[in-house]
Amino acid sequence: MNASVQNQPPEIRVDSDAATVRLSGDWTLRALSGVIETIRKDLAAVPAEAAWSMDPSQRLDSFGATLLWQAWGATWPRLVEIGENQRRVIDRVSASAGRLPTAPDRFGLLDAITMLGAALLTFRAHAIDFIALFGRIFLDLAHLARHPREWPLLEISANLHKVGVKAMPVTALVGFLIGVVLSYLSSLQLKLFGADIFIVNILGLGIIRELGPVLVSVLVAGRSGSAMTAQLGVMRVTEEIDALAAMGISRTLRLVLPKVLALTLAMPLLVLWTSSVALFGGWVSAWVELDLSLGFFVETLPTVVPIANLFIGLGKGAAFGFLIALIACHFGLRVRPNTESLSANTTASVVSAITMVILVDAVFAIATRNIGVPV
Amino acid sequence: MSAAPVVSLQGIATRFGSNIVHERLDLDVEAGEIVALVGGSGSGKTTLLRHIIGLTRPSSGSVRLFGEGLQDGPMRTRMARQRRFGVLFQHGALFSALSVGENIAFPLRELDIATDAEVRDLIALKLAMVEMAPEHAHLMPAELSGGMVKRAALARALALEPELLLLDEPTAGLDPDRSASFVELIRSLHRQLGLTVVLVTHDVDTLAALASKIAVLADRRIVSFAPMEDTLQVDHPFIQRFFRGEHGRRALRRNGLA
Repeated sequence: MNASVQNQPPEIRVDSDAATVRLSGDWTLRALSGVIETIRKDLAAVPAEAAWSMDPSQRLDSFGATLLWQAWGATWPRLVEIGENQRRVIDRVSASAGRLPTAPDRFGLLDAITMLGAALLTFRAHAIDFIALFGRIFLDLAHLARHPREWPLLEISANLHKVGVKAMPVTALVGFLIGVVLSYLSSLQLKLFGADIFIVNILGLGIIRELGPVLVSVLVAGRSGSAMTAQLGVMRVTEEIDALAAMGISRTLRLVLPKVLALTLAMPLLVLWTSSVALFGGWVSAWVELDLSLGFFVETLPTVVPIANLFIGLGKGAAFGFLIALIACHFGLRVRPNTESLSANTTASVVSAITMVILVDAVFAIATRNIGVPV
Repeated sequence: MSAAPVVSLQGIATRFGSNIVHERLDLDVEAGEIVALVGGSGSGKTTLLRHIIGLTRPSSGSVRLFGEGLQDGPMRTRMARQRRFGVLFQHGALFSALSVGENIAFPLRELDIATDAEVRDLIALKLAMVEMAPEHAHLMPAELSGGMVKRAALARALALEPELLLLDEPTAGLDPDRSASFVELIRSLHRQLGLTVVLVTHDVDTLAALASKIAVLADRRIVSFAPMEDTLQVDHPFIQRFFRGEHGRRALRRNGLA
């Protein structure tokens, strides 16, 4: 089958006087693919009552046959002169042609109501699942308190490394840049009023209490939350989670709990680290802009920012970490075995985690409004 | 039909680090043959198939399809060459985001050659070829059983009217009954469409029923390439174990070969 041997270009010769159509060349997908436009035009121009003929030695595949069948208007022409093999190919096409049912894709009022109901039921299922997982974590902790030898320490430490240590460079970079920008923009304004030294207050309160924890949460939700969902999701696709259950091992104890604990532990530390780097970035900018010395910055910070703010920041970090990990695991365990579901759940995990973090942050802001704010 | 073999492997060597998988391996598959590639686990059957598809490249040696080098010519020529064969992957590799019908239509739509009406007729035809009902076109791959996944994947492999069909473990994971009917299906397609088929298998039933020639991959090369009867005469430890073991003997007896 050399390239030179095959692919004689398909051709149509119409003799309008005798009302005959002669097809020559190969009527295969490959031979047709270059000249399909002309062939279509020629086929459309053939008179209705013409007699068709085709050399039995020419090749005809199911694409060519479908092309002819469509040109004939899904019925045999009155006069056809073709080889036995070619007739068989076209017979196969005609046997199944037009039998494909149309996809039920119309969207009506009923569908809208159904969709609304389905969305509500899905939300309910999510809420129930989430609460169940939440409770499961505490039951597992109670179980571990009674059986201290079953602590999944190896998994916890592996997760700590993954979500904590490996996240340090990126959180530091983002924290530093945010600190620089915040400090630069603030100092421009403060210079106008000659209130230069308040830069320490702004940076200290803003970063330690608010910006640090939220910034780290957003980064961690995107980085570690999505990874957790995807990991659990793939384990679900490959039936690894079922294998665990079949061995009588609790999937929450081995897979969910280590992730949740590790992130709850790692987040306050990441918050501390990121806030420090952000403050440093803020100082760098203040030093350039306002000529503020590092000694002064470090000395003033504890006097203008009450220590309670640090604890609020760390507490928020732990709470956010717990939430992010729990949400990530919740969505990971809901993945069904196909790629669509995996991507949808990973997206939902990250979006829900960030939304929840902001919501809970607002709750924190209200609950701690009387603590640590100098008046 | 000219003399150039459909698949021609010459002097293939494959190395993964220090692990040598193939060495000075030659294989020629003529048009119209059904060649079964057998070998022990880890002998590099699937790797060899992936060389033919062009997913991996051997460390040295040449892979020629339809008389042309697999990597020869500009991008368009290479892509056109790749459309001349269809591949059935071991687990079907159906696009899970698309329905069965869309899976079959996908390569046709990419080629942008058929009208919508033709695509619909072709989907129905390909489904009929693999003995599936037109209604199955709207199912999603996740809703299919193992045997149906293979059939749907075969229908997709046939979408572009291939001259060469490459099958990786076509009957793995199917029960004996489904496996036998799938083998029958491949045989009838081979008869109808005049395909050349290369399949990787370790199921003696499959290759006894299907293969016109058997290529035995052992000791990093093809140790025997012959019809079943002649393969059985070859004195090689792997062949003796594979066909003369308890399971192999029973399978051969079932197929009236021993």
